Amino acid sequence: MPTVTLTVNGTSVSTDVEARTLLVQLLRERLGLTGTHVGCDTSQCGACVVHVDGQSVKSCTMLAVQADGTQVMTIEGLANGEALHPMQEAFREHHGLQCGFCTPGMVLSAIDLVKRNNSPSEQEVRAWLEGNFCRCTGYHNIVKAIRAGAQAMGGSVS
Amino acid sequence: MSETGIGASIKRVEDFRFLTGSGNFTDDINRPGQAYACFLRSPHAHAKLNSIDTGRAATLPGVLKVLTGNDVAADGLGGVPCGFAPDGGPQNAPPRPALALGKVRFVGDLVAMVIADSLAQARDGVEAIRVDYGVLPASVDTAKTAEDGAPQLHDEAPNNTCMDWSLGDKDAADQAFAGAHHVTSLDLINNRKIPNAIEPRASIGEHDRGSDSYTLYTTSQNPHITRLLLAAFVMQISEHKLRVVSPDIGGGFGSKVAHYPEEVLVTWAAKKVGRPVKWTAERSESFMSDTHGRDHVTHAELALDENGKFLGLRVETTANLGAYLSTFGALSSTYLYGTLMSGQYVIPAIHCAVKGVFTNTAPIDTERGAGRPEATFVVERLVENAARETGIDKTELRRRNFIAPDAFPYQTPVVLIYDSGNYGPILDEGLRLADTAGFAARKQEAAARGKRRGLGFSTYIEACGLAPSNVAGAIGAGIGLFESAEIRFNPTGSVAVFTGSQAQGQGHETTFAQVVADRLGIAIENIDIIHGDTGRVQWGHGTYGSRSLAVGGSAIAKACDKIIEKGKKVAAHALEASAADIEFKDGTFTVSGTDKSMGIGEVVMAAYVPHNFPLDEMEPGLDERVFYDPKNFTFPAGCHICEVEVDPETGTVEIANWVAVDDFGILVNPMIVEGQIHGGVTHGVGQALLEACVYDDEGQLLSGSYNDYAMPRAADLPSFKVAYTVTPCPHNPLGVKGCGEAGAIAAPAAVINAITDAIGVSHIDMPATPEKVWRACQGAA
Repeated sequence: MPTVTLTVNGTSVSTDVEARTLLVQLLRERLGLTGTHVGCDTSQCGACVVHVDGQSVKSCTMLAVQADGTQVMTIEGLANGEALHPMQEAFREHHGLQCGFCTPGMVLSAIDLVKRNNSPSEQEVRAWLEGNFCRCTGYHNIVKAIRAGAQAMGGSVS
Repeated sequence: MSETGIGASIKRVEDFRFLTGSGNFTDDINRPGQAYACFLRSPHAHAKLNSIDTGRAATLPGVLKVLTGNDVAADGLGGVPCGFAPDGGPQNAPPRPALALGKVRFVGDLVAMVIADSLAQARDGVEAIRVDYGVLPASVDTAKTAEDGAPQLHDEAPNNTCMDWSLGDKDAADQAFAGAHHVTSLDLINNRKIPNAIEPRASIGEHDRGSDSYTLYTTSQNPHITRLLLAAFVMQISEHKLRVVSPDIGGGFGSKVAHYPEEVLVTWAAKKVGRPVKWTAERSESFMSDTHGRDHVTHAELALDENGKFLGLRVETTANLGAYLSTFGALSSTYLYGTLMSGQYVIPAIHCAVKGVFTNTAPIDTERGAGRPEATFVVERLVENAARETGIDKTELRRRNFIAPDAFPYQTPVVLIYDSGNYGPILDEGLRLADTAGFAARKQEAAARGKRRGLGFSTYIEACGLAPSNVAGAIGAGIGLFESAEIRFNPTGSVAVFTGSQAQGQGHETTFAQVVADRLGIAIENIDIIHGDTGRVQWGHGTYGSRSLAVGGSAIAKACDKIIEKGKKVAAHALEASAADIEFKDGTFTVSGTDKSMGIGEVVMAAYVPHNFPLDEMEPGLDERVFYDPKNFTFPAGCHICEVEVDPETGTVEIANWVAVDDFGILVNPMIVEGQIHGGVTHGVGQALLEACVYDDEGQLLSGSYNDYAMPRAADLPSFKVAYTVTPCPHNPLGVKGCGEAGAIAAPAAVINAITDAIGVSHIDMPATPEKVWRACQGAA
């Protein structure tokens, strides 16, 4: 059985896994980080998005062994204690979540967008969310939240 | 209005846990020693089960048990029951064993269950089962399944017919048509949808040997109903031997209302293997086996006089029920459908006939709106076409037929008595927000770019707040539809509120807390809303039919009133006054006309430390329960206006503008209500433009993944303009009507009315894909 060594939310982890283990299974089942969700089996819904070396990745589509040597951040690692990250705060402020199931993936995907484009237009946000499904909000408030979150992160969304 | 009470858009108390990955969804739960279940599902739509060879599977490493329909039968489990049997039969409800026995009837029907130490081992076990299927021809087409010669699904249902149901006065309707100046008729389908909550279904069964009792953790919108059906009808054990827990639910939209065979199987199997048994659906299983929605084929006609007044409406619908009757499978296409055919209009004579049919497809059950979107689509498409055919302006035709504001309560010809409404001002506000006056210029500007603009209206009615129990019983429901609430104070003044309304994202923990904060003058942070656990909540009918606030919230309001009544007596004793002289306001009990008062916290403490307490008059403690049965349905209404721009070269439809003006009565948290509108409209736009559940002629599900089933994505949708009018509900204590389904009810007709307006055709079937729109443009060019 291969061994993977990686850093998850700042903590070093080393564990044996079956070769077929997906990153999301390692996170949810081995490490108990159940904030990362699985909503589909075709890499489309985006509920499982985490950051691997700072980039958003669908953790249902990456083998755990592929994450060997990487820095992984899940939704559990984003807030600083009780203090939410500006993007989390923006989702709360703008009611960008209802059932909460897609939310971790949405928030982490949004942060990756803002890293690439610190003042995304409404159209740019909508296009970026191609890989994140939400069935509750109709996206309206998610788009608002992401643009507000971008501004709070230092961007200049007007 | 206080800062946190009724009418305040406070931020949700739920959000911190969901934003930090601290939610507790069913698949997040792991029980000590749990095993994993994986199901073998039929790859055929219709086949005899000649033999099932589980021999090799049973010997694989880690496999604990392999179970088939024979094991279910041997243990005497009842079939998965239907909870609604409409009148006007014959009502043919064939049995549905939890695992197929003898025959499979849809792709995804359950054939066998493997339980193993790990999920991977359970999957390996499933792959090792060999089944000899005797493949039979399938009956898939809604319109043709009841015809002679169609393959037959059930011996109990000749001609694949479950029911022939009708509502209204046929003779009166026929007479109205005989005297009509103009008749508008339309053939339409209401496309089958797959609800697609992003959280897949999941269930964990657990058995405690010491007490011989079970716990089921499951993704249910109504855990008490699940407990009732599973305990009393399927397992035939006492209800107190089963606890059903539904923790955070990742969206439901009706697909988590039904009681499912997988819930039966993990619970039953937990005792057999002596370990908790966990199952989580893969998305492909969700597509195949979650209950689907809609799927009607309809012919409808509207009769008008020479002044454009509606005289009569006739509707004939064939409603697909799938392969088996799901829990409320026959409700959506009958009493939640035919009763809505009057819309916002005076239509003196209405007749609606529905044939419910079986096909080799997944069972149909409630899907956001459940019957009411289908009814609204019929009525609003007819009204739109009638306007075009008679040359009467489409808003004028609607106004001419609106039920007048002084006509409420209004008895429709299809059972319902609308309690309140005022439709003209809703339309006025819609026209203003949609800038319909500027539409001609926008249309001209678009035409100059080679695009076609259209404007579509949907002035819908909804009956929700389900439901008065006597009405539910009279129409065939096997349950009541009241709701319960309990308000239990802790000695130091914080309060636990137990509600039977189970949340799946609607924000109950916030909205209900606002009701209690408003009523009792308690800080939001001292209120805990508890739901989704039959072990903690006394009883509940769950969340569907936009009923949570109107029924569950009303129960909570009434429980608050009981608390106040008892509190007055406690305060009266302490303040040496008569209870009749005690006033309660903003958390303080005051002796009328004096400055003698007692905060609610002091009253609570007095009730729990009853040293100076009228113990001979009443019991100590402060804990009140209410079972609230609504007097009527509630009747939200609104006007949704959709403006589209069609590219005739490609057939693509862009939603250029969306205006929603709704009357939901009193709004408790407008921020949450607005979110419900956004989401509801998106379900309707998805149905109108994108979503199609497609089976081929052999019953194979062609739209069985997100590669094939078009979910609404962010780029498919506009930002929405949302506004409200307020006509309070006159018969519940909060004056609220419900808002969860309105968008899904209103939207499909608005979209199709807009597209047909843009391209000049009388109808286009949903989903209006680019191909269909392009073809229609060619035909209409």
